[in-house]
Amino acid sequence: MGLDAGEIGVIVATVLASGVEFVEALTIVLAMGVARDWRSTLWGSGLALLVLAVVTAIVGVAIGSTVSEAGLQLVIGTLLLIFGLQWLRKAVLRASGLKARHDEDAVFAAEQAAASIANRERHLGLDWYAFVISFKGVFLEGLEVVFIVITFGQNAGSIPLAAAGAGVAAAIVLVIGAVAHRPLANVPENTLKFAVGLLLSTFGTFWMAEGLGAFAAGGESLQWPGGEVALVILLGAWCAASWLAVVRLRSLARRAKAVA
Amino acid sequence: MIAAGRAVLAFAYDFIVGDDWRIAAGVVMVLIVGGAAVRAGASASLVTIGVAACVIGVAFAGIVGTPRRD
Repeated sequence: MGLDAGEIGVIVATVLASGVEFVEALTIVLAMGVARDWRSTLWGSGLALLVLAVVTAIVGVAIGSTVSEAGLQLVIGTLLLIFGLQWLRKAVLRASGLKARHDEDAVFAAEQAAASIANRERHLGLDWYAFVISFKGVFLEGLEVVFIVITFGQNAGSIPLAAAGAGVAAAIVLVIGAVAHRPLANVPENTLKFAVGLLLSTFGTFWMAEGLGAFAAGGESLQWPGGEVALVILLGAWCAASWLAVVRLRSLARRAKAVA
Repeated sequence: MIAAGRAVLAFAYDFIVGDDWRIAAGVVMVLIVGGAAVRAGASASLVTIGVAACVIGVAFAGIVGTPRRD
């Protein structure tokens, strides 16, 4: 059973995007567990995962059963594109030196320092600070994974495939995190975020343009010239535009330094 | 209830649009023009390629313009 370009893209994008988010969530969970209390931290993380599973099931079913195919591509493609451009913008600014790079060791140290001076308030037998911070961390990072899994899964016609990609990423990060027992600072997170921004923007553009068929008389999705090969060309175009943006911003930054 | 609704909307806005609304607005503008082109009977090839080119252009301009705005 071979996978087509779209399906391979779904797996790659969900593994990379989920992996990055799981690394960030793991940092928060480790900081709370080490500085406060593992039991409360694991309860917070577990509850967040449960809420995320419910959200995924409700939103996935609701979206899939109420909108036409072209309408779905239009809405989800547009949201994915706008969401992906956030990642791409930050990645380009980081690559050009205009924004600080994400550093898991620094995040871990800051979370641990904040946790060590926070109140030791207890509710339901749990350290409330560790519970709330780990719940928020896992829920917010996980929400991005859910968004990507639902949008990719719905548009590619296979939520299980997208969910499998996220599951693989979760397993890899958890195993490495459990073995290392420290934040995964050696993961090339900034490079991964750049790659994810490019993939989200590529698929978002592809599906949004297809979904414009919702405005046509028959309401059928538009077809790209070359079909799914257009995905590869689009990815190349996004890579070229991003590279040009990095070069341009680096030159602007150098000029600003020279003037100052 | 209203406060909770506002909080949810603010969260959704921050989650999807983030800290530069201009790029999102540019994408929506391209979407509107693309929809109008489809309604007017433009070919699928022209619309898909045109929309992609415009979206990439809007994003490039928005990202490169960030330091001037910040």
